[in-house]
Parts: sequence; structure tokens; C-alpha cells
Amino acid sequence: MATFTLPRNSQIREGKTWRAPAGAKNVRNFRIYRWDPDSGENPRLDTYEIDLDACGPMVLDALIKIKNEVDSTLTFRRSCREGICGSCAMNIDGLNTLACLKPIEDIKGDVRIYPLPHMPVVKDLVPDLGQVYAQYRLIEPWLKADSPPPPDSERLQSKQERARLDGLWECILCFCCSTACPSYWWNGDRYLGPAILLQAYRWIADSRDEATGERLDQLDDPFRLYRCHTIMNCTRTCPKGLNPAQAIGEIKKLLVERQG
Amino acid sequence: MANELAERTTLRSPLGRVRGLGSSQSGVHHWWLMRVTSVALLPLSVWLVFALAGLAGASHAEALAFIGRPFNAVLLLAFLAAAFHHTAYGVQVIIEDYVRAEWGRIGGILAVKGLCVLLWLAASLAVLRIALLRPPAAL
Repeated sequence: MATFTLPRNSQIREGKTWRAPAGAKNVRNFRIYRWDPDSGENPRLDTYEIDLDACGPMVLDALIKIKNEVDSTLTFRRSCREGICGSCAMNIDGLNTLACLKPIEDIKGDVRIYPLPHMPVVKDLVPDLGQVYAQYRLIEPWLKADSPPPPDSERLQSKQERARLDGLWECILCFCCSTACPSYWWNGDRYLGPAILLQAYRWIADSRDEATGERLDQLDDPFRLYRCHTIMNCTRTCPKGLNPAQAIGEIKKLLVERQG
Repeated sequence: MANELAERTTLRSPLGRVRGLGSSQSGVHHWWLMRVTSVALLPLSVWLVFALAGLAGASHAEALAFIGRPFNAVLLLAFLAAAFHHTAYGVQVIIEDYVRAEWGRIGGILAVKGLCVLLWLAASLAVLRIALLRPPAAL
């Protein structure tokens, strides 16, 4: 059966509290999931009191401040700090999003930060993304064409054909959507999940690609594709405002269409 | 998530694991029939509700006469076919979602489909018996 409770060694305990410096006026509590694989201890929830007057506006600013000034053992991924690399995807205030795009002032009360749900945790806020990367490799996310490109130019696309890729190419593979999807939680080893299916559709929809049928063959499976029940968590959580559920719907329509 | 990963009982590469046994090349038919039966059930259910409401307080003979009319018998048979088909396929989806063990998944799906087929046959037979075997004089 699907498991609805955490195993005993994954249950979260109350952790340490790091007090704000004396004299801080604008203090917010950051409640952050901590787990160290080397300690053998259960995960814990540490509380960091942060003076927002001495902190940048985004959640990522606070995380960087904590790591630099309060507790250097706090572990998380980040790179571009402007919503284009997808590294700092995490569960903030109950919703998967990018820490660099989430303003602290949008959150009421304590700022609760957990790693992306239902993925193996490497340490603290760092999930193991090996499986989703492998699933990305499975859909062969590159242009496949037997016709050679014109000798003196790139492969051409009409403006209308190019417009079909809008809403697809913007995906940065942060996996907020896949890790927000209950179907992916229960059957992530076989279901490809919204992020990968949106990417699959990005290549199916590309007029320059000549392997559309082969790509649809890869997806025509009760688990790989049809675990999507249009729950729409993916679309709700996407920090880039994309609509993976619609892309999955388009794939389902094409599969019906080719039946005749 | 596959527990064999968490329990470190596999050293197979992630790509090998997610490719697994490959795509089964099925699923469209199931998905499409779920949609078709749900659309068919919309008018059929509305008709059934109104028909049953109209039979409120009717005698046994009047109910038999209602079922025996060809128009009603055909719609009833269509409703039963669509409803049991939709139920069987719908419960199959729930089992596939939540039951991880292979024996449980396949056994559960077979049990549900078997039950639905038997119930559909029994219900359809009842309608057919009333529609076909009752002498016209009794209608």
C-alpha cells in the first residue's frame, strides 16, 4: 500500500533555537528542516530568529544570511538567485517554490522550510534528484530528425510552430511540480511526473522533431503517463507560472488522435 | 518511491530502473473509455433518476411494465453497461494508485473486474427476462 505515515527514523523532532541578536526589532522565526546523514539522529526542526531589518527580501536571502552569519552547517542548493537555475526549489510555507523568488513578506507567521516533499534527502534541504534526472534522460530530451539540416542554415520553423513551444521552453526543471504531485509521491518509480511529461510534450510539440510517434510510444503506458489524474497541484505550485497539467492533457489527446 | 532504493538493496543505475520493463503500449484505450462512459452516463443517469422518480408509488406490475417497454429496456441495458464498465475501470485506477504489491494490484483488479462483470450480467439478465419473457398481454 501507499505509505501515509513516516518511518520512525524519519519523524521530525524539535531542534535547536538560534536567538536573534540583542536589539533586533523586526524578528521573524525561520523553522527549518535539518537532517544530517552522518549523525544517525532523526530529522529536527531548527528555529532561527532573523532580524528582517538586516536581511534581504527573499527567503533565499535569509537562508544565505543564516549560513553566513548564524549556522554554517545549514545545507541547501542555490546558484543564480533569480529564478532561472532551479537549484533552490524547496517547500516554503507549505508550497513548493523557489526560495529566490519567494518574498519573506508574503508569508504570514513563522517561515517553515522543508526539502521538496517525498524525495530521498541527502542533507537538510538538499533532495536526491537522481531519479527525476534519469526520467528526464528516458524521454530523450533532444531534437531527433532523420532529415539533415539545410547545409547553409538552421532548421526552420514558422512563427506559428514556434509559438506552440511557448509555455513549455520556460521550464527550468526545478521539480517543484513533480514533488507536489500525489501520483508522483505514490508511484514516482514508474510515473514520470509533471515536470518530465511537460518536457516530453515540449519535444512532441516541436515541429522540427521527427520522432513524435516514437515519443508517444514511450509514454503510452498506464503508469508512465496515465497516473496523471489532473489533480493540478503541478500547475498551482509552478514558480514559473507554467501549466504541466495542460501539457499532459495535450499528450493524452494526441494518443487518442492517433488511434483513428 | 521505490523502497529498494532507500534500503540500498539495488545498485542498478537510475536510468535502468526508470526504463524498467519499458512502455506497455496500452493505457489510451482505458483512459478513452473512462471518458466515453462518463459522458454517456450523464444523460443516462439523468434519465434514470427521472424514470425512477416517476415510478414512485407504482405497483409491481407497473414497474415490470415500465422495464418491459423496449425504449426503457434498451436505455436500462445501456446504463448498466456504461455504469459497470466505468466502475470497474475507475476502481482499477484507485487500486493501481495505492496498492504497491504486485500480487495485491493484479489480484485486486481481477477481483473487482470479475465482480463487476457478474453484477452487470445479473442486472442485464434481469432486465432481459422482464423485457423478453413476459407475455405481451401482461404489459
